[in-house]
Order: sequence, then structure tokens, then C-alpha cells
Amino acid sequence: MRHCALLLVLGLLCGVLAFFALSPGRGWWLPDAASTIAQPIDALFDGIGLVILLGFVLVMALLAWAVWRGARARTDRARSTHGHTGLELTWTAGVGAILVGIALAQLPTWARLRDPAEMPASGVTARVIAHQWAWRFEHPGADGVLGTADDVETASELVLPAGESVLLELRSRDVIHSFFVPELRVKQDVVPGRAIPLWFTMARAGEFELVCAELCGLGHYVMAGRVRALPRADYDAWLAARIIDARSRGAEDAR
Amino acid sequence: MSSERRGFLRTWVVSTDHKVVGIQYLVASAAMLFFGGLLALAIRWQLAWPWTEMPIVGGLVLGESGRVLSPAGYTALFTMHGTAMVFFAIIPLLTGAFGNYLVPLLVGAPDMAFPRLNAASFWIFAASIVLFFAGFGVEGGAANSGWTAYPPLATVPAAAPGSGAGQTWWLVAITVLGVSTILNALNAVVTIVKMRAPGLTWMRLPLTAWGLLVAAALQLSALPVLTAAGLLQLADRLLGTAFYTPAGLYVNAVQPDVAAGGSPLLWQHLFWFYSHPAVYVMVLPAMGFVSDILSVNARKPVFGYKPMVAAIGAIAGLGLLVWGHHMFTSGLGFEMGRAFMLSTMLIALPSAVKTFNWIATIWGGRIRLTAAMCFALGFVALFVIGGLSGLWLAATPVDVYLHDTYLVVAHFHYIVFGGTVLAVFAALHHWWPKITGRALSETLGRWHFLGTFVALNCVFLPMHQLGIAGMIRRTADPSVYQLFDRLEPLNRFVTWSAFGLMGWQLLFVANVVWSFLGGVRVGRNPWEAASLEWETPSPPAHGNFDSDLVIERGPYEYGDAAGERDFAPQARRTAPREA
Repeated sequence: MRHCALLLVLGLLCGVLAFFALSPGRGWWLPDAASTIAQPIDALFDGIGLVILLGFVLVMALLAWAVWRGARARTDRARSTHGHTGLELTWTAGVGAILVGIALAQLPTWARLRDPAEMPASGVTARVIAHQWAWRFEHPGADGVLGTADDVETASELVLPAGESVLLELRSRDVIHSFFVPELRVKQDVVPGRAIPLWFTMARAGEFELVCAELCGLGHYVMAGRVRALPRADYDAWLAARIIDARSRGAEDAR
Repeated sequence: MSSERRGFLRTWVVSTDHKVVGIQYLVASAAMLFFGGLLALAIRWQLAWPWTEMPIVGGLVLGESGRVLSPAGYTALFTMHGTAMVFFAIIPLLTGAFGNYLVPLLVGAPDMAFPRLNAASFWIFAASIVLFFAGFGVEGGAANSGWTAYPPLATVPAAAPGSGAGQTWWLVAITVLGVSTILNALNAVVTIVKMRAPGLTWMRLPLTAWGLLVAAALQLSALPVLTAAGLLQLADRLLGTAFYTPAGLYVNAVQPDVAAGGSPLLWQHLFWFYSHPAVYVMVLPAMGFVSDILSVNARKPVFGYKPMVAAIGAIAGLGLLVWGHHMFTSGLGFEMGRAFMLSTMLIALPSAVKTFNWIATIWGGRIRLTAAMCFALGFVALFVIGGLSGLWLAATPVDVYLHDTYLVVAHFHYIVFGGTVLAVFAALHHWWPKITGRALSETLGRWHFLGTFVALNCVFLPMHQLGIAGMIRRTADPSVYQLFDRLEPLNRFVTWSAFGLMGWQLLFVANVVWSFLGGVRVGRNPWEAASLEWETPSPPAHGNFDSDLVIERGPYEYGDAAGERDFAPQARRTAPREA
């Protein structure tokens, strides 16, 4: 029977190792990164992943060995040890040091993500408005101020300049949603009644899926959007064309 | 104790005997576990083959009309799965079933401190189950804003079909259940503090008793917060208050007719203030069972008893300070995120200490691979996976990416299923002879363990990959996104495994039937265990102990120093008591 136990532990070990080894090649892993913050986040993910893997292998090996040896010897009595202070202190301190190390290692990245001191001073690039079950976006026009005649509105697709820091203002009209772009590694809940800032830098031009990550009702699963990153010149041209559209529409409304 | 034969009603229904109450809890929460499992299968069906006709389970759970899920039906499904499992199955299995059955036996008491209150807490629990099911039958269907019931989705009827009458029933059920659980926890704490047999000092309590005591203390300190928060949400719905619903909403382009001006994040704080410690309520007693079962079957004392007790205390203490990690992406402030990150990292420490102590407990032991032992070892292996994956989620920047993905689902199912449910099976195998007087089949039990262990890893391990690839929770159809569409083979594999896992549980049912029909009758102490409950007849009569006890030592005296046998019972039985 101890063979069976050993097989189980080995099977679980192999399963976990195969899980780590095979998934990236099949696209069952972190999607290709597209923001500057993704690099330190992925590095943290990998580093903690290594701790997880080593910790798991260590514990499984000890467990398997203890069961393998212990299930064989039946005649003798076990030694009645009640503990060992030195051992207790060693593993408490060891694990504690690793945990404190992880805690310290992630502080700078958390600050880049959320410390108000890191917020770009350049003003809001776009306002994101979430509602059941779609996304709407407002860019301030040439005046850089939201709520004026030259604002540019888009639905479903958020267009942003690549290679520079952008600042979004997240608002919801109804329930809580969450602004999640897997390739950017950013996620921020959108809470009704609040305007929540979110900033990041797109590392490359391209189109990325925008996912609503917070349950927002029966249409939660279809609340998809898109983020399109353009080089600065293309972005300026895109925005200028829309501003003219918005102005002429405003002029028509005035008439 | 009395030899007079009582009728079925007096024995099994209106009894105040803690053992009967425990068995009542066991039957009711096992039924809820099965129901929650059926809901899980329906969820898995939808994720593997979205919007297709669901065989068997669909008709069972959703009625004839519900064979093909609707988007609203799907949201109700996972809401009620989470609610049924956390509040109505796992917690009552631990603190209700095993808590009530074991606490007086472990401390050498004839019954709980307040037997009638104990019976009342079960019947209030039963009432809350009725209220829970009543929600399915109302207009709009059952609650469907998640087991977390975040406002304003939960508080604005126009926002979701289940946020009408269904949510009201849900809140009433949760609040009534909260009252039942608080009463039950009070009973456990008073019994362990005040009714320990003479000589049973704190440092002679088995770790199962410590786990149950601290879990009950956690419930007493945090559950009133959730119960009160639930009452406030009820007031928002029924009395026109506005604790949680913010102002200025437009739902379906109209301003909803609800009082507004509240804070949705207030609910999140209050909800997680209990519902995070609830995880420790679901795992501390399980850790206790496992400690005891490992020690008995390794024929060795628990290694580092005092550090184990300290770890239970540390987990509970820190457990009250980590709720904010559910809110890292909610708009919680930068400094708050840092503080909750630190407390969350620290809580991994006592869990790691316990794991090393379990390994040291069986290290050099004379291991009996009983079915109970297999499940207990399985607990240790899988609890470690659940604990380690928590490191990713504790690190705030990584959590920002993984939050609300399937990695979170994988993480807590390793703790609650891989951990707690395996510990419950371990405990069932271990204490079944005490509860029924008959043995379960060891062979069937080991086969049941083998298949369960393999299948549950096939279900929950790939969920890590789903989450790492970004797949969000609570999505009814992953194929909507290109990023998640390529995960379809994994999703189907998980679903097939889930059906296997559920089907394999028939072996346990068969084992129970076998035990009742032909299981070997056992004496007082079939496992040669040292703690007090084994001094009673199997099953113990009303009043428990048939002789006075003199407590002489701790509960874990196994091995070469124990005396003439390889264990020294915790108590010496003296003159038999008058019947």
C-alpha cells in the first residue's frame, strides 16, 4: 500500500511539474505583455512561482519519504518525541525570512501601480464610463478639459498613445465593473459614485482585449471592449479628425 | 443512559443530546454539500459546452425549463453554489456536525453547556435552509449577485433579476443562519472553557478541541458584523435606508427607485470582515482533525504541541486583520493595500509552521495507512498547494493581475475542497465507529480516497492555468474573448474530471450503506487512540461517559515512552457511574 501512497505523491509532483512546464507553450499562461508595468509584475510572478515550486517539491519529498519509511516498520515502537525547539525556530525563521523578502520585493511595483505620488501630472487622457454591459470613453479635445464641446467620445474602443504614460478616470453609471486588460496586467474596479484614477504606459502599439472582471449582472460575460494603442503621431491624427467631427456636430446642434 | 426505549421522534428529532444534534447537522449539511455539488456540475457543464442542453443535472437543478441555461440562470447558479457550500455545507459540517458531536466528548463533559440552546441552533439552521430554498421559487429567481452580494448590483432590483425578491430571501436566510451559528459558537466556547473534566488543563486539550474552540471564538467576534451588515442591506431593500447604494445611478438609462447616498465599499469591508475569517473557521477545525488523526496513525505524539496551539491562535488573530486583501483592486488606498499585503504575507507563517509540524509528527512514525490516515495525508499535500498559491495573491501587484480570475477559484478550492473536505472525510472515517458503533470498510475507504484525490487534482489544478491565462471568474461563456477561447480544451478537461469526482463519491455512499448493513461492530477504542472520546462506549449513550475520569496526561502519548502498550490513555476510568 505504501507503493500506492508513493505513486500518488509522485503523480501529484509530476502533474504540478508538467503544469509548469507545458502550459506556456500552449498559450495557457500569461498573455504577451504590452505595458511597461508588466515587466516587474511578471518578474514577481516568476519569482514567487519559483518559491512555490521549491516549497511544494520540498514538502512533497519530505511527506513521501516519511510515509514510505513509516509504513514499512510495524514491529518497533516510534520514538515519543514531543518537539524540538531548535527545529521549530529554524523553520519559523526561515519561512518568515522568505515571506518578508517577498513582501519587500513587491513594494516598489505596488507603488508604481497605486501610489498617488506616481500619478502622471499631465492630466486625464481619457475618461472610462462603464455601464451594463458596455464601455464608453471620453477624451478631452484640444483644450485638455473634459466636459467641453470638443470632447471626443467613442464606444467599445479606447484609443491611447503608445510609449507614454496615460491617465484614465474610471466611472460607472450603475453597478461595480472592473477595467481589466490582461496584456497590460492592469485591473481596477469601477465603483459607482467614485472617480478612480488608473495609470500605465503601453509598451507597444496594438489592439488588446478589455475585459470586465467584476460581476455586473447577467451580461457580465459579454461586457467586452478593446484598447487600441497608436504611435503618438497616429494618435494625434486620430484625435484631431475626431475633434473636427465633434465640433461640426456641436455646430449643427447649435443651429 | 436510561434503558427505556424512546420513540424515533424523541431520539432523533427533538433530542437535546449533543450527539443527536451533531448527527442532525451532519445529515443536513451533507445534503447541502451534495446540492452544492450538483450546482457545481451545472456550472462546469456551461463552461465546457456553453448554451447546450444539460443532461440529468439540468433537469434536477433547474427544472425542465432550465435544461439550457440562460445568462441570468448562470449567475444564480454560481451565487447559490458559493452560498450553499460556504454557509450551509462546509461551516456547519465542521462547527455544527463535528463541533457538536465531539466537543463534550473531547473535554470529558456529559453534554454541551446549553443543550436546549444547542437543539435550537440546529432548528434555526434548518429554518434557514428552508429560507435558502424559498429564494429559488420567487419571481426573478434566486439571488444572482454572487455569494458576496456586492451592492449596488444586489440592492437595485433593476440591475439583476435576482436582486428583487430572490435577494431579500437570500439576506433573510443568511441572517437567520448567522443567528444560529452565533448561538452554536457560544455553546462551544462556554463548554470548552467551563466544562472540561477535572485535570484537563488547557495544554492537555486535543488540537481538534483547540481548532473548534478558536473557530467558534472567531465566529463570535466577526459573525455579528456580517449578520448586522445583512440586516442593513435588508433595511436598504425594505425600509428605504441607504447604507450601500450610492447616489446618481442610472440603471438601464433610468434612475432606479431606491434610496441612495450610501457606499458600496462599506458592504465589502463588512462582508469580508467575517467572510475572510470564515475561511479560517472552515480550516482550523480541519487542521485539528488532521493533527489528531496523523498522531494516532503514526503512533507518535503531535510534534510541537505548543507551537501548534500558538499557530492556531496566530492564524485566528491575523485572520481578523487580512480582509482587505479581497479589495486590492476595489479602489482601496495605496497604504491600506500595503498594510493588508503585509498581514496577508504574515498569516502564511503559522500555516507553514503547522505543515512542518505535521511532517515532523509522522517522521519516524509507525504509520498505519488507514482510510482516515490517507485522507489526512491528502489534506496536508493539498493544503500546501492552496497555501502556496496564496503567495501570488498576497503580493499586491501580482494580485492586481490575478484578482477575480480562475487562479483565485483554484486557490480557495484547494483550501476548502482539497483541504477541508478531505479532512472531513478523514474525520468521518476516524470517528464513524464512535458515532455508529460500526466500522466503515477500510478497503472501500482507501479506494474512495484514491479516486477522489486524483479527480480533484484534475479538476482544480488546471484552474490555475485558466487563471494565469487571465480567464475571469463568473463568466458564463469564455469563448466571448479570444484570449480565453483557446482555453476550451482545459475547460472541458476540468468538466469531465468534475463529473468523475462527483461520480466517485458513490463509493462513500456505498461504504456508509455497507457499514450500516454489515459493518463490524467495534469496541470503545478501535484505533488504540489516547484521547477522551475513546473512553466511552461506541456509540456513547445520552450523558456520554459511563465512569468517572481521572485525567492524567495530554492526549498524544504514543510510542516508546507510553508504557506497556504503545499508547497511554489520557484518562483513567474509575468507578462506573450509576445508570
